[in-house]
Amino acid sequence: MATFFDINLFALFGQLLIGLINGSFYALLALGLAIIFGLLKIINFSQGALYMLGAFAAWIALNYLGISYWWALILVPLAVGAFGIVIERTLIRPIANEDHLYSLLLTFGIALILQGLFTHWYGSSGLSYAMPEALKGGTRLPFMYLPNYRAWIIVFSLLVCACTWFMIEKTRLGAYLRAGTENAQLMQAFGINVPLLVTLTYGFGVGLAGLAGVLAAPIYTVSPDMGSNILIVVFAIVVIGGMGSIGGAIITGLAMGIVEGLTKYFYPEASNTVIFLVMVLVLLIKPAGLFGKEA
Amino acid sequence: MKRIFKTAATTALITAASLSHASLSDDKVKIGVLGDMGGVYSDITGQGSIEAVQMAVDDFGGKVLGKPIEVVSADTQLKPDIGSTIARQWIENEQVDVISGAVASSVTGAVTKIMSDAKKITLIAAPASHAFTTSGCSPYNAHWSYDVVSLANGTVQPMVAGGAKKWFFVTADYGFGHALESVATGVIEANGGEVVGGVRAPLGTSDFSSYILQAQSSGADVIALANTGSDMVNALKTAAEFGVTEMADVAGLLVFTPNAQALDPEIAGGMKLTTGFYWDMDEQTREWSKRYMARMDGKLPSMAQAGAYSSVMHYLNAVEAVGTDDSDAVMAKMKETPVEDFFSRNGYLRIDGRMVHDMLQVRIKNADERSDANDIFAIEKVIKGEDAFLKLEDGGCEFALNQK
Repeated sequence: MATFFDINLFALFGQLLIGLINGSFYALLALGLAIIFGLLKIINFSQGALYMLGAFAAWIALNYLGISYWWALILVPLAVGAFGIVIERTLIRPIANEDHLYSLLLTFGIALILQGLFTHWYGSSGLSYAMPEALKGGTRLPFMYLPNYRAWIIVFSLLVCACTWFMIEKTRLGAYLRAGTENAQLMQAFGINVPLLVTLTYGFGVGLAGLAGVLAAPIYTVSPDMGSNILIVVFAIVVIGGMGSIGGAIITGLAMGIVEGLTKYFYPEASNTVIFLVMVLVLLIKPAGLFGKEA
Repeated sequence: MKRIFKTAATTALITAASLSHASLSDDKVKIGVLGDMGGVYSDITGQGSIEAVQMAVDDFGGKVLGKPIEVVSADTQLKPDIGSTIARQWIENEQVDVISGAVASSVTGAVTKIMSDAKKITLIAAPASHAFTTSGCSPYNAHWSYDVVSLANGTVQPMVAGGAKKWFFVTADYGFGHALESVATGVIEANGGEVVGGVRAPLGTSDFSSYILQAQSSGADVIALANTGSDMVNALKTAAEFGVTEMADVAGLLVFTPNAQALDPEIAGGMKLTTGFYWDMDEQTREWSKRYMARMDGKLPSMAQAGAYSSVMHYLNAVEAVGTDDSDAVMAKMKETPVEDFFSRNGYLRIDGRMVHDMLQVRIKNADERSDANDIFAIEKVIKGEDAFLKLEDGGCEFALNQK
């Protein structure tokens, strides 16, 4: 009986750890969305497609240009960020003062176009990205086998999340940014180039999606619909955390990963709905989200 | 009185029909190709299926009984309602005589119903469910490439017989996955094995690590993946990453050639699976596949695409032979003529609509065995059609059993 109990406990620990891994993924993606929404008030529905773009860019870089995973980790987010900046300047900027719905529809359209293009070019079966040598293998923990790559995901994405949070909430640049979105005219009167700040922020938020794409490439199939599968979940996380709350997005991302992991253990059929259930409950009790400021 | 009139009218019609020799409705044969053009199954059907059908028409000479053959196509977006709407429109307004393809069992179920009501033939080349020739059978269905039963018999049976007794299922949580799981479970239990557990993963799950972990702790000999497309690829990748493939076998129950091509040989090498067609089997398959690939930018044909060609060709031959495109006459001819071509070996269209043909048990080659990127499978065994597919008596297709 004791062994039986032990095994169950071990399995539970395993699921918790996996939840944490997925959670750090969610956190990274939610962070990008939260920055773009919180600071720029753009509902960026193309975030999932840009995550897909990041994964494809890593694949293309490796297979056509011979750029390794480690370089891709730096270059791809920059490239995706630059792509985002172009989109922001040419497409989003002209409708910046319209209703939020316009940017939602626009970015949704961009996502569909990107997804369609990559399906056309690379097919729907997906591509496989080779795992970098240094991160192959794994460690046998008492309760599960932890692949090195998964451990790397936790460490790396938490580090990126922490740095981003610190930059926005604690540095002077972050303060400018927050002030600029609060009252652009006043900030401009102080000599701050607000439009530039906005463009860079959008590029940064989008770059985070590209980074998540690179992280995902070695473990998931690089396929055109990888972004649309995850986008809705990430949106739910941002809503639960409180639209625009940077810290909230990170913590909620991790928490929802764990909640999902536990659901997969106890009742797998509900695993892709549990986050939405939480979202509904949170919206009913605390409409602004767990960490959001009441409007 | 009414009855006499009816009989007279029928007799007159039949006489009229037999008098005019080559009688085609509206002076052409129109083939409608229904496919998934931009979704998850677009690589295994999509443009490739349209091209395969067009290729069959071209090879046939573009004309049947001296009249043109026309091919039209549409995207069902994997939605049954869209599929039905298109099928209805094709029949009512566009004089489509036969539908080829129809992807996903859910869409096909809706389409075959409309087609049967209109007494038109559906050439089912891509879907997996065996319902179209069992509980949901119709005299107008011809199910071509494979079905869940042949997959389970081909892949599961030899593994259980070889000593892998304990099975764990990772199943796609919708109709196809459930059907595949239940059929495979039947095969496992009939051969003395047992199912020690299973999880139902929603379609489009990107992270399978939780499920793989559960599979691992179940102590199963084999983890059976009752899913397909990118779900299957992701599950297998995760199994390899978590070191499960070293402790247990992983069996992919529905792996299309393009999916297998997308798998890293380091992970998938050695995995056994069942397929209805492989391009590199012999001279005949290679000859056809090379012509297909020349039209498709070098993309390999899936069994659904090859099956689409084979079924359309068989249909056109039957139309030519009976001299009409009347569905009943054509179907009778199709069922009476053996199906022997590059795709089908020892094949025949059974009375319930099942095209029984030899299936292939293949093994995914390791990296060092491959001569190029298209060299994917090693053929292990040819499974006789009779052993692969469900017997007519066990299928429960009412009209077929009555007719018999």
